This record gives sequence, structure tokens and C-alpha cells, in this order.
Amino acid sequence: MNLLKYVARNAFRHKLRTSLTVIGMAIVVLAYCLLRTVVAAWYAGVEASSPNRLITRNAVSLIFPLPISYLNRIKEVPGVVAVTYGRWFGGIYINEKNFFPQFAIDAEHYLSLYPEFLIPEKQLEAFKKDRRGCIAGRLIVKKYGWKIGDVITLRGTIFPGTWDFVLEGIYRGRDRGTDESQFFFHWDYLNESLKKTMPIRADHVGWFVVQIADPARAGEISRKIDAIFQNSLAETLTETEKAFQMGFVSMTEAIVVAIKAISYIVIGIIFVVLSNTMAMTARERTREYGVLKTLGFEGPFLLKLIIGESVFIAATGGILGIILSFPAARIFAKSLETFFPIFNLSVKTLASGLVSALIVGVLSGLLPGIKASKTPIVESLTHVG
Amino acid sequence: MSEPPSKENPKELKNDDDRALIIINDLHKSYRKGTQKVTVLTGVNLSITRAQYVAFIGPSGSGKTTLLNLIAGIDRPDRGKLVVDGIDITRLDDSKLSRWRARHVGFIFQFYNLIPVLTAFENVELPLLLTPLSRKQRKKHVTAALKVTGILDRAFYYPSQLSGGQQQRVAIARAIVTDPTIIVADEPTGDLDKDSAVQILDLLHHLNRELGKTIIMVTHDPRAARKARKVYVLDKGILRDQYENDIIW
Repeated sequence: MNLLKYVARNAFRHKLRTSLTVIGMAIVVLAYCLLRTVVAAWYAGVEASSPNRLITRNAVSLIFPLPISYLNRIKEVPGVVAVTYGRWFGGIYINEKNFFPQFAIDAEHYLSLYPEFLIPEKQLEAFKKDRRGCIAGRLIVKKYGWKIGDVITLRGTIFPGTWDFVLEGIYRGRDRGTDESQFFFHWDYLNESLKKTMPIRADHVGWFVVQIADPARAGEISRKIDAIFQNSLAETLTETEKAFQMGFVSMTEAIVVAIKAISYIVIGIIFVVLSNTMAMTARERTREYGVLKTLGFEGPFLLKLIIGESVFIAATGGILGIILSFPAARIFAKSLETFFPIFNLSVKTLASGLVSALIVGVLSGLLPGIKASKTPIVESLTHVG
Repeated sequence: MSEPPSKENPKELKNDDDRALIIINDLHKSYRKGTQKVTVLTGVNLSITRAQYVAFIGPSGSGKTTLLNLIAGIDRPDRGKLVVDGIDITRLDDSKLSRWRARHVGFIFQFYNLIPVLTAFENVELPLLLTPLSRKQRKKHVTAALKVTGILDRAFYYPSQLSGGQQQRVAIARAIVTDPTIIVADEPTGDLDKDSAVQILDLLHHLNRELGKTIIMVTHDPRAARKARKVYVLDKGILRDQYENDIIW
């Protein structure tokens, strides 16, 4: 016999109580992992951003465009390697529920600044040659059952009308953190139409993407770009891609903070539940602990015995919760892929879930353990539970 | 039975002799009950020789279990001296006292106090976990103890699968497995039917007579007291009387 065997048998002495506590712990760890993954999904854009890329946008707001004429002037700024541009399209595919981000881009250069989007060379060339061509991430291609050569029709909201695109390429992400739900088409195609229908909105872009050689000079280059357009009709604000993405996250920061808080609260709740379980357990076994001390086992042994049991229950629940997290995350990701195109359970999240469970286990067993180890033997032996 | 030596002045009860295994001098013990101080033992003096079989008897609240607890080192006196096999256990700190108990004392409780999730074998093995014995050696000791107490055939039964008498046999095996200097038994037959009680008393008698174990027992049961060689009578925390069961021995 050894301590572990004794601990395990003790843990299942009250099968129903222990099972319920284990299930409770599993649910909490599952909830914790999902909530932390939601938070991580919120920051996916920030995490995926490159330190070599700056974003130049209208200083007033992102919804105000910038003239395409800024392109060459930005290129001339020392330290700038390449510049490209994009514009938010905001079209509807069949109905409003089918949301995915659509960008009118500089077909020639845009994707070369985003090496994380992997696209077969032939498809890229076909896209460049076809002004109505488009490239879509494999997530939405799979979701909507598209294939190369399909005509995809979007109904414009910002740019009214019906827009037909031919799927020329499908990209996949270089890693799990790359968004595979984006849709790219030629800015020229959009611009030509605008010139005919709404000339005032033509020759504008939503933002410029600026590639720099040295990330350490990001601040300096940003200031230089913005200085060029100071006191113009469309002043610019240049920032790192990370800061740009953080701007989106900060708009919804209250939600993120709330989700983070809930993830800690659920841990707190299970701490109370497990503490109660362990307190009841230790109280019921007071006489038994007295017997153990009588036999010569000392306080630290009882502490190990009680904390061991608490950790055993917590770890069992924690591991179960982590196992359940995988199918749960798949279901979650599937049903919310429109909002969270990147929804990956990370090792860090799973590890923090398990570590949280173990910490809860240790803390829950600590007080009853200390109490049991300090209670005089005679008092323990005469305890009526 | 021999005449008690001094009923008038219990404090003058003499120690057996210089070969005493346990020497108790002027032992006092009291408890706090709320704001009140309850005196349980007052100036107890006695000595117990090696391989002795002693019973403490007396009415409820006379202090016999407290005295047993003090001798076993699971409680501490307010004052007085308690020497067991040359060691004044009142001077040992908690940790040393725990180790001393593990090495020198075997316990038998009224309600057996076996660990319900452990088999009979594992319950008996429990005190040996505090020794440096290997698993194989532990098994040998446990088997021997279970054999002596006649419960080897139930070694892998859980306490809930055993009768009261069988559980007490396991408890006795647990008490003797470490080959302790003394065995203390608190009402060992208190929870048993008549037949089982007789068997347990016979077993204790056997341990004392055949294996030379020193047994100190607290009991209300006259049959149990008659099995002891020497009987001490306590009343209101004072050692009132002592006599020997010469007829049996």
C-alpha cells in the first residue's frame, strides 16, 4: 500500500459527492478553456500582426478614405520597402448572416506583403490577370462549397449594386493563427465602377499597408509619413499593424474584460465548491485522522493526505474538462466561425486550465488539512461527526 | 484476590519494584470545559512491570481513559512524571512523541477504528509504513500478526465485510504488528457480543502470557478485568485501590 492508493480510495469513498465535484470541476475547466479561447480569438488579429508592417489611415477615422495619390509619396519615405493598399467592401453574400471580410486590394502587390497567406503560384497569376477575379480563404470556400471558377455574387452595401467575382484562388494560412476567412478582389475593378457610378468616391483607398525594413524604426517612419500629409485635407495616422488591430479590440474591451472576469469567477466558484467538499470530508474523518496520529503519523502526513485527495479530485475533473474542451471547442468554432475565424485551443490555455484546477485543489485541501493536523488526538478520537 | 494495600490514602500506593517498565509519579491532568477547569487525575502514582497485564477500572468519569491516553502518549499531563522504558515521555516534543508512539505503543480501541477503505491486510500494514521495512518485510510482519490473531483468512476483506469480533482481531493485529513495548486497550470488548468478547480477551491473554506483551487495559467489563493480572481502581481521578487476580494467574 502507498499514499497514492490510499488517497485514491479516500477520494471515492463518497462516490456521488466526489463524482459531482469532479463533474463540476470538469465543467469549470471546460468553461475556463472556452472563455480564454474566446479572449485569444479576440486578439487573434493582434497576435497575427507583423512588426514589419505599418498601417496608414485617415487621422479622423478609418471610415474616411485616403487618396490613392498618397501611394507614391509614402514610397519615398526612407526606410519604407513597399507600400500597398486596401479598402473595406462590406458586401452581402446571399444574406446578412453570411458574413466574411471582403477587401478590394492592390492585386499586384498586396499579397506579397502578407506571406502568411499561402496561395499556389498559378492561382495567384490567374487572379492578377482577371480583373473580376477574387481569392478566398479556405474556411469560407469550404463553408459555402465554392470551387475555382465559380462566380460569387456580392450585394454591395457601402458600394451599392451587384458585384460578380470569379474565384481564381484559394489561400490557406501559414499557421493556425492566420485568418482563413478573408475575401480579396481587385481594387481596380471597384475603382473603375466607382468612376462611372460615383466619381467622387473613386481613386480612394481605405488604408495603406507600409512594409518597413527595420521594425525598430517604426515610430520614426510613422511620424515621417504623417508629417507629409499634415495640414492636408486628409491627414494620416500611421501606426504599427499591431496597434492598428488593437484599436479594434479596444472598441470592445469591456466585453473582453467581462469574459476574462467570468473565466476567473468560475474558477472561484469551483474553489468554494471543492473547499466545501474537502471541509465536509475532513470533518467526517476527524476520528480517523486521530487514529492515524495515534499510530504515529504526524501532521504533515495528514496535510498530504487531505491535500492529495483534494488535488486528486481537482486533477481528475481538470483532465476531464480538458478532454471535453476539444469537442466543445470544435462545436463552438463551427457555430461561431463568422465571428471567430481563428478559434484554436492553445496548449497555453489548456495548461493554464489544468494548473488552475491543481491550484484550486491545493488551496481547497489546505485549510481542512491544517485543521486536521493541528487538532489534538484526544479531541479527534472523541469527535462525534 | 489480594487485599488492597492502602485504601485510606491512595497517594501512598507503592510502585511495584525497580524493574518497572512504566513509572508514574504524581500525575495530574485537568481539562477546560468552557470557563471551568475539570480535574480528571490527581496525583496518580503507580508502576507497571514488563510483561504485566493491567486493567484500570472505575466508574465513568473516573479518569481511567485519560490515564491510559497519558501512558500511551496521546495526551499530555499538566504535571508529573511518566517514564516508559527509561524515557520520560512528558519531555518529548510532539514529533518525537509521535515517533515514540509508533515504535513503542500498540493501540486497541473500543470501536476498532479501522480505516474503512483499507483491507484488513492494509490496516495492519499501516503502522509499518512508518518503519524502514521493505514491502516484502512488511508483508511478512502483517501475515504473522494476522496469523497470531487468527484472522489471516480474512486478510483481504474490508472492515465492512467483517463482524465486530473479526474487526477487533484486525485491530489487535495492527496493535502488535510493530512489536511494541506496550499494548494499550480502551474498552476492547465494549462493543462486542459475549462470545466475541471472550475470544478477544483470550487473545489478549495469549499475547501477554505466551508472547510476553505488556498490556494495559481500561474496562467496565468485570470479565475483562478478571483476565488482568493486576487491577487498579480509579475514582474521581484518584487511584483508590489496586489488587492482583492471583486466582487466575
